[in-house]
Amino acid sequence: MMRIILPLAGLVLLALLPLWLSDYGLGLMVGAATYVTLASAWALFSGHTHYVSLATVAFYGIGAYTVAVLNEVLPYPLVLMVAGAMGAGLALIVGLSTLRLKGVYFVIFSFGLAELIRQLITWYEVNVTGTLGRYIFLEITTAGIYWQMLGLGALTLALTAWIHRNRLGLALRVIGDDEAVAAHSGIHLARVKLIAFVLSAVILTLAGAITSPRYVYVEPSIVFNPTVSFLTVIMALLGGANRLCGPMLGAVPLFLLFEWLSAHFPDSYPIFLGLMFIAVVFVLPNGVIAGVETLRHKLREARS
Amino acid sequence: MSFLQIDKAVKQFGGLRAVDGVSFAMERGEIVGLLGPNGSGKTTLINLISGALPTTSGAIHLNGQNLTGLRRDRIAREGVARTFQLVRILPSLSLRENVMIPAVFGRKAHWGAEAERIASAALDRVGLAGRAMTAAGDLTYIDQKRLELARALAAEPEVLLLDEWLAGLNPTELRDGVALIGDLKAQGLTILMVEHIIDAVRALCPRVVVMNSGQLIADEATEVALGDPRVIAAYLGEESDA
Repeated sequence: MMRIILPLAGLVLLALLPLWLSDYGLGLMVGAATYVTLASAWALFSGHTHYVSLATVAFYGIGAYTVAVLNEVLPYPLVLMVAGAMGAGLALIVGLSTLRLKGVYFVIFSFGLAELIRQLITWYEVNVTGTLGRYIFLEITTAGIYWQMLGLGALTLALTAWIHRNRLGLALRVIGDDEAVAAHSGIHLARVKLIAFVLSAVILTLAGAITSPRYVYVEPSIVFNPTVSFLTVIMALLGGANRLCGPMLGAVPLFLLFEWLSAHFPDSYPIFLGLMFIAVVFVLPNGVIAGVETLRHKLREARS
Repeated sequence: MSFLQIDKAVKQFGGLRAVDGVSFAMERGEIVGLLGPNGSGKTTLINLISGALPTTSGAIHLNGQNLTGLRRDRIAREGVARTFQLVRILPSLSLRENVMIPAVFGRKAHWGAEAERIASAALDRVGLAGRAMTAAGDLTYIDQKRLELARALAAEPEVLLLDEWLAGLNPTELRDGVALIGDLKAQGLTILMVEHIIDAVRALCPRVVVMNSGQLIADEATEVALGDPRVIAAYLGEESDA
C-alpha cells in the first residue's frame, strides 16, 4: 500500500506547490517537471534496450510545432491529440525502418533524424508558407502548464513501473542483454522495440506540446535545439536509466544546475554541459542509484 | 513425413556453399549426433533449423509444420530450442530470469508463478538450484553452459539443438554433462547435437550424420560411421599414394 500512497501523496504535494511559489519558482518547476518527463520517457525505451536515442528533440519539437500550427484552428485538447498522433506516426515509420540498426549507427541515425526534421520544417516554412516563426497564443497559465506536465510525468512513471512488472519490460531487458537470445527464446524483436519506442515517442511529443505555450514565439532552431536531446540522455544516465526513479533523480539536480549555470555563465555554460557528460559516463556509468548501491555493498564488506 | 525433416537445405554465402543440399530426417524422441570437421557447416545447419540464418533453398519441417522462412522467434515458438557454440547468457539478469525467458515468451507463454516454477525446475535439472537469484554474469564457464541448457529446457521444446554443448568441460564435468543429456533422451526429448567428443557421441547417439564441406557424407549407425573410410578421410585427410 505504501508503494502507492507515498508517490500519490508526493504528487498531491507537488500539485499544490503553485499556491505558494513565485512566478520564477513556478517556472523552474515547469522546467524540472518537463525534464523529468523527457528523461523518464527516454529511459522507457532506451533504459533497458541500450538503444541510445538522440531523437528526443525531434519528437519534442514536433509536439511544440503542432501546437504552433494548430493553436488557433483547433480546441486545445484536440491539438494535444493531434500532436500525440503525429509523434506516434513518426515513431512508427522511423522505428520500422531503423530499429534494426545497432549501437553507434542508431545513435547517429537518431541524431540525424532530429536535424533532418528541423531542416525539413525550415524549408517548408520558408518555401511554402513563407512564415519561419510562429506565435502561440493560448490562454493557459504557467500553473496550468505545470499541472499538465506533472500529470504527464506521473503517467510516464506509472507506465514505466507497469512495464517493468510486465512481459514487455522483461522482453526489453533481454533485448538489452542479447538480441539473439531474445529472438531464439520467442521474443518478437521488432514488435517489442517498436511498442516501447512509440510509447516513449508519444510522451516526448506531448511534453513538447504541453510546454510550447511557454515559448510564445516558436521557430525550428528554438524547439529543435539538440541540447535538449543531450541533456535528456545525461539526466537519465546520471540517475540510472534502467531504474524507475533514476531519470527523475538525475533530471532535477541537473536541470537546476544548468539553470544556475546558464544564468551566471551564459556564454560558457555549454562547456559545463560537455564536462558533465564526460564525468557522468566516466564516474557513474550505471547511474547514481547503482553507484550508491555498489558503495554500500563495499562498505558492508569492509565492515564484516 | 518424419518429425524433423530437412530437405536439400542450402546456405550460400557469396561464392561459398556452407550447407550444400543436406537432407536427413529424425523421428520423435531420437537423438542424433551431427559430426564433421571444423568449417564443414554443422553450426550453419543448426542456424538454418533455428532460423538464425534464412535458407537459400530447400525446406525444413518440424512435425509437419514448414519452418523455412519463419522468423527466429516463430521457430522458437514452434518448439525449437538451441544452445550456442559460444555461450550466450544474459549477464544482467538473475539465473531464474535467464531461464524464465523462453517459458514466458515461448509457445506456452507462462507467466508469474508458473513461469517461475518451470525456471526453478530447469535450474534444478542442471544442478543450479539454490542459486536462482545470482546474477548470470557472475557464473563460471561450466555454470554458464549449464544455465544455457536450463534455458533451452525451460522452453519445453519439441527439438533441442545442442551446438558443442560438451566442449570445454573437464572430465568430471563431461561425465555429468553426458549423464544429463542421457536423462533428457530418456525422457523422450528429440535432440540433434553437434559434438567433437567422440566418446560422448558413442555414449549418447545411436546414429550420426556427418558433414564435410557443406555436404552430408554419411547418415548411419555411429559405430559404422566412425569406421567409414569417407568419414575418416574427412577428419584426417585422404591417403595419398605418392
